[in-house]
Amino acid sequence: MLAYLIRRIIAVIMMVLVVLLTTFSIFYLLPKWSGQDLAVVYAGKGTSPEALEGIRNKLGLDEPVLAQFWEFVKGIPMGRDYANGADDVTHCDAPCLGYSFRTETSVWDALTSALPVTGALALGACIMWLVGGVAVGVLSALKRGSFWDRTAMIGALSGVSMPIFFTGMIMMGVFVHSLGLLKLDDELTSSDSIGVWFETLLLPWIALAFLQAAMYARLTRATMLEVMGEDYIRTARSKGLGEQAVIIRHALRSTMTPILTVFGLDLGVLMGGAILTEQTFGLKGIGYEAVNAVGSKDLPVILGVTLIAALAIAVANLVVDIMYAVIDPRVRLG
Amino acid sequence: MNDLNRSGAVAGEPVDTTSAPPSAFLEVRDLKVHFPTDDGLVKSVDGLSFSLEKGQTLGIVGESGSGKSVTSLGIMGLHTVGQYSKRRARISGEIWLDGQELLTAPPDKVRKLRGREMSMIFQDPLSALHPYYSIGKQIVEAYRVHHNVDKKTARKRAIELLDRVGIPQPDKRVDSYPHEFSGGMRQRAMIAMALVNNPELLIADEPTTALDVTVQAQILDLIRDLQKEFGSAVIIITHDLGVVAELADKIVVMYGGRCVERGPAEQVFTHPQHPYTWGLLGSMPRIDRDQTDRLNPVKGSPPSLINIPSGCAFHPRCPYADLPKGNVTRTVRPELELVDGSAESHFSACHLSAEQRERLWTEEIAPKL
Repeated sequence: MLAYLIRRIIAVIMMVLVVLLTTFSIFYLLPKWSGQDLAVVYAGKGTSPEALEGIRNKLGLDEPVLAQFWEFVKGIPMGRDYANGADDVTHCDAPCLGYSFRTETSVWDALTSALPVTGALALGACIMWLVGGVAVGVLSALKRGSFWDRTAMIGALSGVSMPIFFTGMIMMGVFVHSLGLLKLDDELTSSDSIGVWFETLLLPWIALAFLQAAMYARLTRATMLEVMGEDYIRTARSKGLGEQAVIIRHALRSTMTPILTVFGLDLGVLMGGAILTEQTFGLKGIGYEAVNAVGSKDLPVILGVTLIAALAIAVANLVVDIMYAVIDPRVRLG
Repeated sequence: MNDLNRSGAVAGEPVDTTSAPPSAFLEVRDLKVHFPTDDGLVKSVDGLSFSLEKGQTLGIVGESGSGKSVTSLGIMGLHTVGQYSKRRARISGEIWLDGQELLTAPPDKVRKLRGREMSMIFQDPLSALHPYYSIGKQIVEAYRVHHNVDKKTARKRAIELLDRVGIPQPDKRVDSYPHEFSGGMRQRAMIAMALVNNPELLIADEPTTALDVTVQAQILDLIRDLQKEFGSAVIIITHDLGVVAELADKIVVMYGGRCVERGPAEQVFTHPQHPYTWGLLGSMPRIDRDQTDRLNPVKGSPPSLINIPSGCAFHPRCPYADLPKGNVTRTVRPELELVDGSAESHFSACHLSAEQRERLWTEEIAPKL
């Protein structure tokens, strides 16, 4: 198990490096190929050639791309100095992801203040859709064909077909603007109380979770129905186990396997959902940063966002794989 | 019309209308298990009766779809557990186990009997064991449902049983998972699980079908030894007469959800009375037979359980259906009748007269076997 873990962690690091290199290449090479000058992107048109030369020198844009990449990667654990001559030195503390082209602030600081918002949004939504979706699916399977089952499945179908910005805006309109039940905080910070976070994130959670929960309910229902027909369920009953024990100990555990598999894949999709949700509700999270950065060609921020997203997805998938091995002894390694 | 024929009364045997507890350890009376479906009512078991004493082995034989497994699940009460099976199966009749009627008993009472008084071995041990739990955990669970003991004690008991059913190094293998066992070992583990509570009734539903021949013999030996040791009543369900010949004291031959012949194994093998039993015997491969002889399968296919043929259900496949006078095989359902001159309790449901059967058996059937 330990050897397996170490192998997987190395794989995660390699993967993140590859993602970074790809992103780095795309964003640094594309302008070059299309005849744009990164220094112009940074400073804007109409900057004097001398000033542009200084910028190139300071940001290291005159070096080969691979050398620039190495500087960037090295800056993450070691910190980095941007120097244009001996007296013009800007030190960037480790972990250094560079400075935003637009706001001249540290990318790392911007991301670390945005991360809690997205993290809370994603985690809460995950929990909501897993718990909600699985619970509804199990109940539907156990009461197959009942009024509850039909209602839940129609609800799930409409949930699958409703986009986040639609449900999000309707919910905001009803609960925030019409009824005034909830108050949204414009900018969540770590100094805000848990109550404020909860109140602000409640609707985003629901909007983001609803779509997924609907899918999980249907998946859980189908899997559960299949599992309840398995021979080992009959064996469990033949031992004299009560129906509750049969469902919880025997059926539910088998049902979790395919759900976990899909969950691992969905973590990638979650990022896209988070961007939409943050835009809809005006939350200043990673998704919000990403959209702004792309819109203003703020390359260091784009790189930073990609790094964080790739890392989060890789780590989450690692956790999913470990859980998979815990649930199913047949996939245990080593 | 059909309903008139389903009286379920067994001629030649006193019909108990008072539903008094029988003296036999297990007695099944007029058991019917019907499943309503979109295509019609599937009469999987349609009026089955038999009895069994402790220490005896009953073999239920018949081809696929004759109602063997449905009967065993019916005795275990497994048709009526589960969330939506309740609406599916319609069960009537009586099942008496040790003086207790099971079909009218409260579900929780039957659940407590399940696994403790009566337990079951299933056909395919790979799919019948939970893939995510170790063998030991599954046996421990079976033990602790009925015994208020800690896990350590139950684990000791599991190791003891695994040792008894012939699993080498039981103290190590107890932590193995089903996929780490061979087919024969899995079935041994399944048997250990079924016996962990010393059940008085053990139902083995095709226990050797999924196993290869050498392992089959070992498993059958094991079941026989364990029965001697535990003194329980055993029901072996199989389509293989060879299995029954080896183990059973009594035989019930099922066709289309009904019993067509039943009696002491000795009698049924030496003087079978029903053409279907003849067919089953004739379709058994035998090593001492001439290699050029072909197997004689029973021609045709099992009857639809929705539209069971009128009269004798076997008549479309019976080579002797035209021997009895008139149209009787096609219109009147034969009831089980005591076989003339036989020792007690050999019954057969056939319109052929005793003389006709005697002549056919001695002249046509027996020489070919």
